[in-house]
Amino acid sequence: MNILVYINSSNHLAKSALEAVTYAKKIGGTITVVATGSVDDSTLATLGEYGAERVLVDRSVATEDSQQVTRMIAKAAESTGAELIIFSHDLVAKAVASRLSVRLKAGLISGAVDVPNTANGFTVKVNVFSGKAFGFVSVKSPKKIISLLPNSFQPEKTGSACPVEAFDGAAGTAAIKVVETKIPEGEIPLPEAELVVSAGRGLKGPENWGIVEDLAKALGAATACSRPVADIGWRPHHEHVGQTGVAIRPNLYIAAGISGAIQHLAGVNGSKVIVVINTDPEAPFFKAADYGVVGDVFEVLPKLTEAVKKFRSTPH
Amino acid sequence: MKILVCISKSPDTTSKIAFTDGNKQFDENGVQYIVNPYDEWYALVRGLELKETLGGNLTIITVGSAADEAIIRKALAIGADDAVRIDADPKDAYFTAVQIAEYAKTNGFDLILTGKETINYNGSQVAGMIAEAMDLPFVSLATKLDINGTTARMEQEIVGGVQVVEASLPLVVSCAKGMAEQRIPNMRGIMAARTKPLTVVAPAAVEDLTAYVEYGLPAAKSAVKMIDPNNMDELVALLHNEAKVI
Ligand SMILES: Cc1cc2nc3c(=O)[nH]c(=O)nc-3n(C[C@H](O)[C@H](O)[C@H](O)COP(=O)(O)OP(=O)(O)OC[C@H]3O[C@@H](n4cnc5c(N)ncnc54)[C@H](O)[C@@H]3O)c2cc1C
Ligand SMILES: Nc1ncnc2c1ncn2[C@@H]1O[C@H](COP(=O)(O)O)[C@@H](O)[C@H]1O
Repeated sequence: MNILVYINSSNHLAKSALEAVTYAKKIGGTITVVATGSVDDSTLATLGEYGAERVLVDRSVATEDSQQVTRMIAKAAESTGAELIIFSHDLVAKAVASRLSVRLKAGLISGAVDVPNTANGFTVKVNVFSGKAFGFVSVKSPKKIISLLPNSFQPEKTGSACPVEAFDGAAGTAAIKVVETKIPEGEIPLPEAELVVSAGRGLKGPENWGIVEDLAKALGAATACSRPVADIGWRPHHEHVGQTGVAIRPNLYIAAGISGAIQHLAGVNGSKVIVVINTDPEAPFFKAADYGVVGDVFEVLPKLTEAVKKFRSTPH
Repeated sequence: MKILVCISKSPDTTSKIAFTDGNKQFDENGVQYIVNPYDEWYALVRGLELKETLGGNLTIITVGSAADEAIIRKALAIGADDAVRIDADPKDAYFTAVQIAEYAKTNGFDLILTGKETINYNGSQVAGMIAEAMDLPFVSLATKLDINGTTARMEQEIVGGVQVVEASLPLVVSCAKGMAEQRIPNMRGIMAARTKPLTVVAPAAVEDLTAYVEYGLPAAKSAVKMIDPNNMDELVALLHNEAKVI
């Protein structure tokens, strides 16, 4: 099978890009990567280590313009005879995979968490009901598209660097123009973070967030919050996780002073390990937790930060 | 300004998720359907605010059965002017999107708004598919939307920050948190909704490309391990040795 993997390499090769190539490798076939973005050829060539046989790159395409990216991938799919196209389920994929599905009349599976089962047709496991259930979706069309949920597969090196070729995606002109980009310095972006420290109304006020940030800093974690906390303006909106906020799947999610409402869990239940700190032993979050601490955040968080610092300062 | 807002139904966010018929069907027993929160809170309310300042008309559209008219009336009560229901089971995102695009093509909308995703299937598919079927530009997961003449200016959350983009109308936009505040319908709105026009349209012939064949529930979590609040060294050791996450 010919597989095409799309990668958006804006300033660096994201871990999710390596995951997507690893995923294609696990499915098996001839893997071509088609890339946009500014990452240089020698970095793109390392995608070969994860299973790519070659990388096609068109740096003239604007990733904010889903029409341009779609035209380019459609052309790459045609020239490589791709039967399966793989995305990592991020902002660009959410705009492009759906367009491409219509353009190629290719059934789209969004939010895949496992490799396809081809024993009887083509069926892929996905997350549904905001992580409260899973489903198996079958694709009926000859061409197929899968958008892979980040952090479902860990990148695996199996080969060596591959050739990188310039590609003319014939993408046409862009209809969307970026006017401004605001990226706060030095913060770990939440969707990419492997460790997350999150806090809720139990923190009582924005002036108390120092103890949350101290722990995040000691761990090298990103910070997140529950919805009411963002709504009342204690924390910026982009930190809000849950059903109506960002959905994250870090390796570790520490929830301090968050009750664990079902809408909150919907955004974090894909986390590998959950630690809950709450004064109320009946807080619903404990049912979803791997480790629980019944205690006051104002005492427990500083102690945990100290323990992390001690751990980090000794070799392991 | 002619605005079309795509409305879908979703189970109330606190619904118990279960399946019947050998895990092939979502168990609707005792499930209360609501307007999908992203569609109601963000797409619809921002659409109404734009209509109120710029003038024009706001139509809501849903692909669904007569049973979905309750959620249509709710959206009309919040303030939409009129409603369209495409009388079909929304089999998959492709089927749904092409139905909406077929209707929209012949009705000249300046702006088509959808929610970020449905909270039951979380596909984030329908909006992009509508845009492609109509050959229109598309901005996904916008957190802000302003219109100045025929130019739309939007904000999107990108990894670690915010991106401000511009595009000309007509345009498709999917709406995420930040765009507007929820509006609770008042009595007048609820009364008015009863007499607002609701057009039922026969579906176009469209095949579906995908199908859900089975569902399941995640394995129950093993019991939580409780740690003494005075022994955070133990927690750190467990996270390192047992969970292997630090
Ligand atoms: C349609 C819909 C969508 C929603 N979407 C989201 C969403 O995306 N994300 C989200 O988070 N919520 C969402 N909500 C809201 C959700 O239902 C809850 O109201 C919210 O998550 C509660 O936030 P919280 O846990 O911070 O606050 P609370 O429920 O007030 O809980 C505070 C917790 O802190 C504990 N506590 C208090 N003091 C201390 C202390 N000193 N030390 C330790 N613990 C302490 C308390 O025991 C309590 O458990 C949504 C709701 C609806 C209806
Ligand atoms: N049956 C439907 N009828 C009308 N609009 C829909 C329907 N299903 C989905 N949508 C719209 O498409 C958005 C994205 O849905 P999805 O692709 O399923 O995540 C929703 O937020 C709605 O605005």
